[in-house]
Amino acid sequence: MTALRIPPTGLRFENVDKRYGGLFALRRVSFEIAPGECVVLAGRNGSGKTTLLRVAAQIVKPTAGKLSFPGAGSPSSANGRPGYVAHATMVYDELTAEENLLLFAKLQDVENPAARAEELLREVGLMERRDSLVRTFSRGMRQRIAIARALIHRPSVLLFDEPATGLDPPGITWLAHSLRELNRAGCTVLMSLHGESEMSALATRAVQLDAGSVVADTQSGASLHSILTFGSA
Amino acid sequence: MSLLSNTAILLGKELRTEFRSRELLTTTAVFILIVLVLFSFAINPGTEEAREFAPGLLWLAILFASSLMFQSCFLREQTNDTLSSLRLAVSDPFAIFLAKLIANTLFLLLTELLMLPFFAIFYNIPLWSKLPFLILVLFVGSLGISIVGTAISAISAQARMRELLLPLLLLPLLTPVLVVSTLVTASLLDREPIVQWKGIGFLAVFDLIFLTALWLFGEYLLEE
Repeated sequence: MTALRIPPTGLRFENVDKRYGGLFALRRVSFEIAPGECVVLAGRNGSGKTTLLRVAAQIVKPTAGKLSFPGAGSPSSANGRPGYVAHATMVYDELTAEENLLLFAKLQDVENPAARAEELLREVGLMERRDSLVRTFSRGMRQRIAIARALIHRPSVLLFDEPATGLDPPGITWLAHSLRELNRAGCTVLMSLHGESEMSALATRAVQLDAGSVVADTQSGASLHSILTFGSA
Repeated sequence: MSLLSNTAILLGKELRTEFRSRELLTTTAVFILIVLVLFSFAINPGTEEAREFAPGLLWLAILFASSLMFQSCFLREQTNDTLSSLRLAVSDPFAIFLAKLIANTLFLLLTELLMLPFFAIFYNIPLWSKLPFLILVLFVGSLGISIVGTAISAISAQARMRELLLPLLLLPLLTPVLVVSTLVTASLLDREPIVQWKGIGFLAVFDLIFLTALWLFGEYLLEE
Protein backbone atom coordinates (compact mmCIF):
# COMPACT_ATOMS: atom_id res chain seq x y z
CA MET A 1 0.00 0.00 0.00
CA THR A 2 1.12 3.54 -0.73
CA ALA A 3 2.70 5.53 2.06
CA LEU A 4 0.74 8.32 3.65
CA ARG A 5 1.27 11.77 2.16
CA ILE A 6 -0.21 13.89 4.95
CA PRO A 7 0.70 14.10 8.63
CA PRO A 8 -1.16 11.49 10.71
CA THR A 9 -4.42 12.38 12.40
CA GLY A 10 -5.97 11.11 15.61
CA LEU A 11 -9.58 10.75 16.65
CA ARG A 12 -11.26 12.11 19.77
CA PHE A 13 -14.78 11.41 21.06
CA GLU A 14 -15.96 13.69 23.84
CA ASN A 15 -19.18 12.69 25.62
CA VAL A 16 -20.74 11.56 22.37
CA ASP A 17 -24.43 10.62 22.53
CA LYS A 18 -26.48 9.31 19.64
CA ARG A 19 -30.19 8.87 20.19
CA TYR A 20 -32.77 7.47 17.79
CA GLY A 21 -36.07 8.57 19.30
CA GLY A 22 -35.95 7.28 22.88
CA LEU A 23 -33.22 4.74 22.18
CA PHE A 24 -29.62 5.55 23.03
CA ALA A 25 -27.31 3.99 20.43
CA LEU A 26 -24.35 5.73 22.06
CA ARG A 27 -24.20 7.11 25.58
CA ARG A 28 -21.50 9.52 26.76
CA VAL A 29 -18.74 7.88 24.75
CA SER A 30 -15.36 9.45 25.47
CA PHE A 31 -11.99 8.21 24.35
CA GLU A 32 -9.10 9.33 22.21
CA ILE A 33 -7.09 7.52 19.58
CA ALA A 34 -3.57 8.80 19.06
CA PRO A 35 -2.29 9.42 15.53
CA GLY A 36 -1.01 6.15 14.10
CA GLU A 37 -2.74 3.94 16.66
CA CYS A 38 -4.65 0.78 15.68
CA VAL A 39 -7.70 0.20 17.85
CA VAL A 40 -10.27 -2.59 17.79
CA LEU A 41 -13.87 -1.91 18.72
CA ALA A 42 -15.42 -4.93 20.39
CA GLY A 43 -18.86 -5.64 21.73
CA ARG A 44 -21.96 -7.73 21.15
CA ASN A 45 -24.44 -7.14 18.34
CA GLY A 46 -26.30 -3.88 18.94
CA SER A 47 -23.68 -2.53 21.34
CA GLY A 48 -23.16 0.61 19.20
CA LYS A 49 -20.00 -0.24 17.21
CA THR A 50 -21.45 0.59 13.79
CA THR A 51 -23.07 3.80 15.07
CA LEU A 52 -19.76 4.89 16.61
CA LEU A 53 -17.95 4.23 13.32
CA ARG A 54 -20.62 6.14 11.37
CA VAL A 55 -20.28 9.07 13.79
CA ALA A 56 -16.50 8.94 13.30
CA ALA A 57 -17.01 8.88 9.52
CA GLN A 58 -19.24 11.98 9.92
CA ILE A 59 -22.13 10.23 8.18
CA VAL A 60 -24.17 10.41 11.39
CA LYS A 61 -24.23 13.55 13.50
CA PRO A 62 -24.03 12.93 17.24
CA THR A 63 -27.06 14.06 19.27
CA ALA A 64 -24.67 15.49 21.85
CA GLY A 65 -20.93 15.64 22.40
CA LYS A 66 -18.07 16.34 20.08
CA LEU A 67 -15.94 14.52 17.56
CA SER A 68 -12.58 15.95 16.57
CA PHE A 69 -9.50 14.93 14.61
CA PRO A 70 -6.42 16.08 16.55
CA GLY A 71 -3.31 16.32 14.45
CA ALA A 72 -2.26 18.12 11.36
CA GLY A 73 -4.68 16.57 8.83
CA SER A 74 -7.74 18.71 8.35
CA PRO A 75 -11.05 16.79 8.12
CA SER A 76 -12.24 19.29 5.51
CA SER A 77 -9.43 18.45 3.07
CA ALA A 78 -9.97 15.36 0.93
CA ASN A 79 -7.37 13.12 2.53
CA GLY A 80 -8.18 14.47 5.98
CA ARG A 81 -11.56 12.75 5.59
CA PRO A 82 -11.68 9.24 7.01
CA GLY A 83 -11.72 6.22 4.73
CA TYR A 84 -14.74 4.16 5.74
CA VAL A 85 -15.60 0.55 4.99
CA ALA A 86 -19.12 -0.32 6.13
CA HIS A 87 -21.32 -3.42 6.03
CA ALA A 88 -22.68 -2.21 2.68
CA THR A 89 -20.15 -1.91 -0.16
CA MET A 90 -20.91 1.79 -0.78
CA VAL A 91 -20.16 1.38 -4.50
CA TYR A 92 -22.45 1.32 -7.55
CA ASP A 93 -23.53 -2.04 -8.93
CA GLU A 94 -24.21 -0.49 -12.34
CA LEU A 95 -20.66 0.83 -12.71
CA THR A 96 -17.53 -1.19 -13.37
CA ALA A 97 -14.84 -1.60 -10.72
CA GLU A 98 -12.68 1.00 -12.46
CA GLU A 99 -15.54 3.45 -13.03
CA ASN A 100 -16.42 3.28 -9.32
CA LEU A 101 -12.87 4.05 -8.25
CA LEU A 102 -12.51 6.82 -10.83
CA LEU A 103 -15.79 8.38 -9.67
CA PHE A 104 -14.70 8.58 -6.04
CA ALA A 105 -11.14 9.61 -6.97
CA LYS A 106 -12.39 12.52 -9.10
CA LEU A 107 -14.92 13.62 -6.49
CA GLN A 108 -12.15 13.81 -3.92
CA ASP A 109 -9.76 15.57 -6.26
CA VAL A 110 -7.19 12.76 -6.18
CA GLU A 111 -4.09 13.53 -8.20
CA ASN A 112 -3.97 11.44 -11.40
CA PRO A 113 -7.17 9.46 -10.67
CA ALA A 114 -6.67 6.89 -13.44
CA ALA A 115 -3.24 5.89 -12.13
CA ARG A 116 -4.48 5.74 -8.54
CA ALA A 117 -7.48 3.60 -9.53
CA GLU A 118 -5.21 1.23 -11.45
CA GLU A 119 -2.79 1.03 -8.53
CA LEU A 120 -5.58 0.07 -6.13
CA LEU A 121 -7.21 -2.38 -8.55
CA ARG A 122 -3.86 -4.13 -8.75
CA GLU A 123 -3.46 -4.11 -4.97
CA VAL A 124 -6.92 -5.56 -4.28
CA GLY A 125 -6.47 -8.18 -7.00
CA LEU A 126 -9.23 -6.95 -9.30
CA MET A 127 -7.14 -5.75 -12.22
CA GLU A 128 -8.45 -8.47 -14.52
CA ARG A 129 -12.04 -7.59 -13.64
CA ARG A 130 -11.58 -3.81 -13.90
CA ASP A 131 -14.15 -3.56 -16.73
CA SER A 132 -16.75 -5.83 -15.11
CA LEU A 133 -19.85 -4.37 -13.52
CA VAL A 134 -19.76 -4.62 -9.73
CA ARG A 135 -23.13 -6.40 -9.76
CA THR A 136 -21.38 -9.40 -11.32
CA PHE A 137 -18.89 -9.63 -8.41
CA SER A 138 -18.90 -12.19 -5.62
CA ARG A 139 -19.26 -11.02 -1.98
CA GLY A 140 -15.51 -11.17 -1.45
CA MET A 141 -14.75 -9.19 -4.60
CA ARG A 142 -17.30 -6.58 -3.57
CA GLN A 143 -15.54 -6.27 -0.22
CA ARG A 144 -12.23 -5.78 -2.02
CA ILE A 145 -13.64 -2.98 -4.19
CA ALA A 146 -15.23 -1.43 -1.07
CA ILE A 147 -11.81 -1.39 0.60
CA ALA A 148 -10.23 0.11 -2.52
CA ARG A 149 -12.89 2.86 -2.56
CA ALA A 150 -12.15 3.70 1.08
CA LEU A 151 -8.43 4.00 0.36
CA ILE A 152 -8.69 5.92 -2.92
CA HIS A 153 -8.00 9.36 -1.40
CA ARG A 154 -5.12 8.16 0.81
CA PRO A 155 -6.93 8.86 4.08
CA SER A 156 -5.04 9.34 7.30
CA VAL A 157 -7.84 7.77 9.37
CA LEU A 158 -9.33 4.39 8.47
CA LEU A 159 -12.65 3.22 9.87
CA PHE A 160 -13.43 -0.41 9.15
CA ASP A 161 -16.67 -2.11 10.18
CA GLU A 162 -15.97 -5.84 10.22
CA PRO A 163 -13.69 -5.51 7.20
CA ALA A 164 -13.02 -9.26 6.81
CA THR A 165 -16.70 -9.97 6.02
CA GLY A 166 -16.94 -12.03 2.85
CA LEU A 167 -13.18 -12.33 2.36
CA ASP A 168 -11.60 -15.76 1.91
CA PRO A 169 -8.53 -16.70 4.02
CA PRO A 170 -6.02 -15.33 1.45
CA GLY A 171 -8.15 -12.16 1.29
CA ILE A 172 -8.02 -11.78 5.06
CA THR A 173 -4.25 -12.28 5.01
CA TRP A 174 -3.94 -9.66 2.26
CA LEU A 175 -6.14 -7.20 4.19
CA ALA A 176 -4.22 -7.74 7.45
CA HIS A 177 -0.94 -7.20 5.62
CA SER A 178 -2.22 -4.05 3.87
CA LEU A 179 -3.60 -2.62 7.11
CA ARG A 180 -0.31 -3.30 8.88
CA GLU A 181 1.55 -1.39 6.16
CA LEU A 182 -0.87 1.50 6.25
CA ASN A 183 -0.67 1.61 10.03
CA ARG A 184 3.11 1.60 9.86
CA ALA A 185 2.95 4.46 7.37
CA GLY A 186 1.08 6.49 9.99
CA CYS A 187 -2.58 5.70 9.33
CA THR A 188 -4.84 5.70 12.36
CA VAL A 189 -7.10 2.63 12.33
CA LEU A 190 -10.36 2.02 14.18
CA MET A 191 -12.08 -1.23 13.29
CA SER A 192 -14.86 -3.34 14.69
CA LEU A 193 -14.22 -7.06 14.90
CA HIS A 194 -15.80 -10.18 16.28
CA GLY A 195 -13.35 -12.66 17.76
CA GLU A 196 -9.62 -13.00 17.33
CA SER A 197 -8.18 -13.18 13.84
CA GLU A 198 -5.22 -12.04 11.77
CA MET A 199 -6.88 -8.63 11.81
CA SER A 200 -7.08 -8.37 15.58
CA ALA A 201 -3.37 -9.19 15.82
CA LEU A 202 -2.72 -5.70 14.40
CA ALA A 203 -4.46 -3.97 17.29
CA THR A 204 -2.54 -2.46 20.14
CA ARG A 205 -5.65 -1.48 22.01
CA ALA A 206 -9.26 -2.64 22.38
CA VAL A 207 -12.30 -0.56 23.31
CA GLN A 208 -15.35 -2.52 24.35
CA LEU A 209 -18.86 -1.16 24.01
CA ASP A 210 -22.00 -2.38 25.72
CA ALA A 211 -25.42 -0.77 25.26
CA GLY A 212 -23.76 2.25 23.67
CA SER A 213 -21.27 2.90 26.48
CA VAL A 214 -17.56 2.20 26.76
CA VAL A 215 -17.18 -0.58 29.35
CA ALA A 216 -13.51 -1.46 28.80
CA ASP A 217 -10.49 0.19 27.24
CA THR A 218 -7.31 -1.83 27.41
CA GLN A 219 -3.84 -2.03 25.92
CA SER A 220 -2.69 -5.05 27.87
CA GLY A 221 -2.22 -8.18 25.78
CA ALA A 222 -4.15 -10.52 28.08
CA SER A 223 -7.16 -8.21 28.47
CA LEU A 224 -7.16 -7.48 24.74
CA HIS A 225 -7.25 -11.22 24.01
CA SER A 226 -10.01 -11.77 26.53
CA ILE A 227 -12.17 -8.88 25.14
CA LEU A 228 -11.88 -10.22 21.62
CA THR A 229 -12.39 -13.84 22.55
CA PHE A 230 -14.86 -13.79 25.42
CA GLY A 231 -16.35 -10.32 25.11
CA SER A 232 -15.08 -9.06 28.48
CA ALA A 233 -11.77 -7.91 29.93
CA MET B 1 -13.13 20.86 -5.49
CA SER B 2 -15.81 23.22 -6.68
CA LEU B 3 -19.53 22.62 -6.57
CA LEU B 4 -19.77 22.67 -10.34
CA SER B 5 -17.05 20.11 -10.99
CA ASN B 6 -18.52 17.78 -8.33
CA THR B 7 -21.94 18.24 -9.97
CA ALA B 8 -20.54 17.50 -13.43
CA ILE B 9 -18.87 14.28 -12.19
CA LEU B 10 -22.05 13.14 -10.44
CA LEU B 11 -24.22 14.06 -13.43
CA GLY B 12 -21.96 11.89 -15.59
CA LYS B 13 -22.52 9.04 -13.14
CA GLU B 14 -26.32 9.56 -13.16
CA LEU B 15 -26.47 9.55 -16.97
CA ARG B 16 -24.15 6.57 -17.31
CA THR B 17 -26.06 4.39 -14.81
CA GLU B 18 -29.43 5.36 -16.32
CA PHE B 19 -28.45 4.81 -19.94
CA ARG B 20 -26.97 1.47 -18.88
CA SER B 21 -30.12 0.28 -17.07
CA ARG B 22 -32.75 2.46 -18.83
CA GLU B 23 -35.02 1.90 -15.82
CA LEU B 24 -36.36 5.43 -15.42
CA LEU B 25 -36.60 6.39 -19.09
CA THR B 26 -38.50 3.25 -20.06
CA THR B 27 -40.91 3.47 -17.13
CA THR B 28 -41.75 7.14 -17.63
CA ALA B 29 -42.05 6.93 -21.42
CA VAL B 30 -44.32 3.89 -21.28
CA PHE B 31 -46.44 5.45 -18.55
CA ILE B 32 -46.96 8.76 -20.40
CA LEU B 33 -47.77 6.90 -23.62
CA ILE B 34 -50.36 4.69 -21.89
CA VAL B 35 -52.09 7.71 -20.31
CA LEU B 36 -52.14 9.59 -23.63
CA VAL B 37 -53.51 6.57 -25.51
CA LEU B 38 -56.19 5.82 -22.92
CA PHE B 39 -57.49 9.39 -22.77
CA SER B 40 -57.44 9.75 -26.55
CA PHE B 41 -60.31 7.24 -26.63
CA ALA B 42 -62.35 9.37 -24.25
CA ILE B 43 -61.85 12.65 -26.11
CA ASN B 44 -62.72 13.32 -29.74
CA PRO B 45 -59.45 14.25 -31.51
CA GLY B 46 -59.36 17.61 -33.26
CA THR B 47 -62.35 19.05 -31.42
CA GLU B 48 -62.45 22.08 -29.16
CA GLU B 49 -62.87 19.61 -26.30
CA ALA B 50 -59.53 18.04 -27.19
CA ARG B 51 -57.79 21.42 -27.26
CA GLU B 52 -59.34 22.27 -23.89
CA PHE B 53 -58.51 19.05 -22.03
CA ALA B 54 -55.36 17.77 -23.76
CA PRO B 55 -52.89 20.19 -22.04
CA GLY B 56 -54.21 19.16 -18.61
CA LEU B 57 -53.93 15.50 -19.53
CA LEU B 58 -50.40 16.02 -20.80
CA TRP B 59 -49.26 17.62 -17.54
CA LEU B 60 -51.08 15.03 -15.42
CA ALA B 61 -49.30 12.29 -17.35
CA ILE B 62 -45.98 14.11 -16.82
CA LEU B 63 -46.68 14.48 -13.09
CA PHE B 64 -47.55 10.83 -12.51
CA ALA B 65 -44.67 9.61 -14.65
CA SER B 66 -42.25 11.90 -12.82
CA SER B 67 -43.46 10.62 -9.45
CA LEU B 68 -42.45 7.13 -10.62
CA MET B 69 -39.05 8.59 -11.48
CA PHE B 70 -38.62 10.28 -8.09
CA GLN B 71 -39.61 7.15 -6.20
CA SER B 72 -36.33 5.50 -7.14
CA CYS B 73 -34.18 8.64 -7.35
CA PHE B 74 -32.68 8.39 -3.85
CA LEU B 75 -33.92 4.88 -3.13
CA ARG B 76 -31.36 3.42 -5.54
CA GLU B 77 -28.64 5.12 -3.45
CA GLN B 78 -29.76 3.09 -0.44
CA THR B 79 -29.17 -0.34 -1.97
CA ASN B 80 -25.45 -0.27 -1.25
CA ASP B 81 -25.47 2.81 1.00
CA THR B 82 -23.86 4.80 -1.82
CA LEU B 83 -25.43 8.00 -0.50
CA SER B 84 -23.06 7.75 2.48
CA SER B 85 -20.03 7.31 0.22
CA LEU B 86 -21.15 10.31 -1.84
CA ARG B 87 -21.60 12.42 1.28
CA LEU B 88 -18.12 11.44 2.40
CA ALA B 89 -16.63 12.29 -0.99
CA VAL B 90 -18.25 15.58 -2.04
CA SER B 91 -17.16 18.90 -0.62
CA ASP B 92 -20.70 20.33 -0.89
CA PRO B 93 -23.75 18.01 -0.49
CA PHE B 94 -25.74 20.36 -2.77
CA ALA B 95 -23.76 18.82 -5.65
CA ILE B 96 -25.63 15.53 -5.03
CA PHE B 97 -28.99 17.32 -5.36
CA LEU B 98 -27.90 19.44 -8.29
CA ALA B 99 -26.68 16.43 -10.28
CA LYS B 100 -29.83 14.46 -9.54
CA LEU B 101 -32.23 17.28 -10.39
CA ILE B 102 -30.41 18.09 -13.64
CA ALA B 103 -30.50 14.39 -14.56
CA ASN B 104 -34.21 14.16 -13.65
CA THR B 105 -35.00 17.27 -15.73
CA LEU B 106 -33.08 15.85 -18.70
CA PHE B 107 -34.82 12.45 -18.43
CA LEU B 108 -38.21 14.14 -18.09
CA LEU B 109 -37.57 16.48 -21.04
CA LEU B 110 -36.31 13.63 -23.20
CA THR B 111 -39.44 11.59 -22.43
CA GLU B 112 -41.68 14.58 -23.11
CA LEU B 113 -40.00 15.30 -26.46
CA LEU B 114 -40.41 11.65 -27.43
CA MET B 115 -44.08 11.78 -26.47
CA LEU B 116 -44.95 15.07 -28.22
CA PRO B 117 -45.46 13.49 -31.69
CA PHE B 118 -47.85 10.92 -30.15
CA PHE B 119 -49.65 13.72 -28.33
CA ALA B 120 -50.05 15.67 -31.58
CA ILE B 121 -51.37 12.60 -33.43
CA PHE B 122 -53.72 11.23 -30.75
CA TYR B 123 -55.36 14.60 -30.09
CA ASN B 124 -54.96 15.96 -33.61
CA ILE B 125 -53.34 19.17 -32.39
CA PRO B 126 -50.73 20.76 -34.69
CA LEU B 127 -47.64 21.58 -32.61
CA TRP B 128 -44.96 22.47 -35.16
CA SER B 129 -45.48 26.24 -35.23
CA LYS B 130 -45.57 26.45 -31.40
CA LEU B 131 -42.77 24.02 -30.73
CA PRO B 132 -40.09 26.47 -29.45
CA PHE B 133 -42.49 28.00 -26.90
CA LEU B 134 -43.91 24.60 -25.98
CA ILE B 135 -40.38 23.33 -25.28
CA LEU B 136 -39.74 26.41 -23.15
CA VAL B 137 -42.89 25.73 -21.08
CA LEU B 138 -42.01 22.04 -20.80
CA PHE B 139 -38.51 23.02 -19.64
CA VAL B 140 -39.50 25.48 -16.90
CA GLY B 141 -42.38 23.24 -15.78
CA SER B 142 -40.26 20.07 -15.74
CA LEU B 143 -37.45 21.87 -13.93
CA GLY B 144 -39.91 22.90 -11.18
CA ILE B 145 -41.23 19.35 -10.93
CA SER B 146 -37.67 17.99 -10.75
CA ILE B 147 -36.48 20.42 -8.09
CA VAL B 148 -39.40 19.70 -5.76
CA GLY B 149 -39.45 15.99 -6.66
CA THR B 150 -35.74 15.49 -5.99
CA ALA B 151 -36.05 17.15 -2.56
CA ILE B 152 -39.13 15.10 -1.63
CA SER B 153 -37.44 11.96 -2.92
CA ALA B 154 -34.54 12.53 -0.49
CA ILE B 155 -37.02 12.88 2.40
CA SER B 156 -39.22 9.95 1.48
CA ALA B 157 -36.32 7.54 0.78
CA GLN B 158 -35.53 7.53 4.50
CA ALA B 159 -39.14 7.15 5.62
CA ARG B 160 -40.90 3.89 6.37
CA MET B 161 -44.01 4.49 4.24
CA ARG B 162 -42.05 6.01 1.37
CA GLU B 163 -44.43 4.90 -1.41
CA LEU B 164 -47.24 6.80 0.28
CA LEU B 165 -45.21 9.76 1.50
CA LEU B 166 -43.81 10.82 -1.88
CA PRO B 167 -47.12 11.56 -3.69
CA LEU B 168 -48.60 12.90 -0.46
CA LEU B 169 -45.91 15.58 -0.22
CA LEU B 170 -45.33 16.02 -3.93
CA LEU B 171 -48.84 16.73 -5.21
CA PRO B 172 -49.72 19.72 -2.97
CA LEU B 173 -46.31 21.33 -3.52
CA LEU B 174 -46.54 20.93 -7.28
CA THR B 175 -50.11 22.22 -7.63
CA PRO B 176 -48.99 25.77 -8.59
CA VAL B 177 -46.59 24.42 -11.25
CA LEU B 178 -49.23 22.13 -12.70
CA VAL B 179 -51.97 24.76 -12.81
CA VAL B 180 -49.75 27.40 -14.43
CA SER B 181 -48.07 24.96 -16.83
CA THR B 182 -51.46 23.69 -17.96
CA LEU B 183 -52.80 27.23 -18.47
CA VAL B 184 -49.72 28.33 -20.43
CA THR B 185 -49.79 25.15 -22.56
CA ALA B 186 -53.54 25.53 -23.18
CA SER B 187 -53.14 29.08 -24.45
CA LEU B 188 -50.27 27.92 -26.70
CA LEU B 189 -52.40 25.16 -28.20
CA ASP B 190 -55.38 27.44 -28.75
CA ARG B 191 -56.61 28.15 -32.31
CA GLU B 192 -55.30 31.66 -31.73
CA PRO B 193 -52.13 30.88 -29.78
CA ILE B 194 -50.81 33.28 -27.13
CA VAL B 195 -47.52 33.04 -25.27
CA GLN B 196 -48.33 33.75 -21.62
CA TRP B 197 -45.05 35.28 -20.51
CA LYS B 198 -46.44 35.99 -17.04
CA GLY B 199 -47.07 32.28 -16.58
CA ILE B 200 -43.61 31.37 -17.81
CA GLY B 201 -42.18 34.02 -15.49
CA PHE B 202 -44.14 32.55 -12.58
CA LEU B 203 -42.70 29.10 -13.31
CA ALA B 204 -39.17 30.52 -13.49
CA VAL B 205 -39.60 32.30 -10.14
CA PHE B 206 -41.05 29.10 -8.60
CA ASP B 207 -37.98 27.18 -9.83
CA LEU B 208 -35.64 29.81 -8.43
CA ILE B 209 -37.31 29.89 -4.99
CA PHE B 210 -37.31 26.12 -4.56
CA LEU B 211 -33.76 25.78 -5.89
CA THR B 212 -32.58 28.36 -3.35
CA ALA B 213 -34.44 26.52 -0.56
CA LEU B 214 -32.82 23.26 -1.63
CA TRP B 215 -29.40 24.91 -1.66
CA LEU B 216 -29.95 26.31 1.85
CA PHE B 217 -31.57 23.28 3.52
CA GLY B 218 -30.67 20.33 1.28
CA GLU B 219 -27.88 19.14 3.58
CA TYR B 220 -30.40 18.45 6.36
CA LEU B 221 -32.46 16.24 4.03
CA LEU B 222 -29.50 13.89 3.58
CA GLU B 223 -28.87 13.38 7.30
CA GLU B 224 -29.68 10.04 8.88
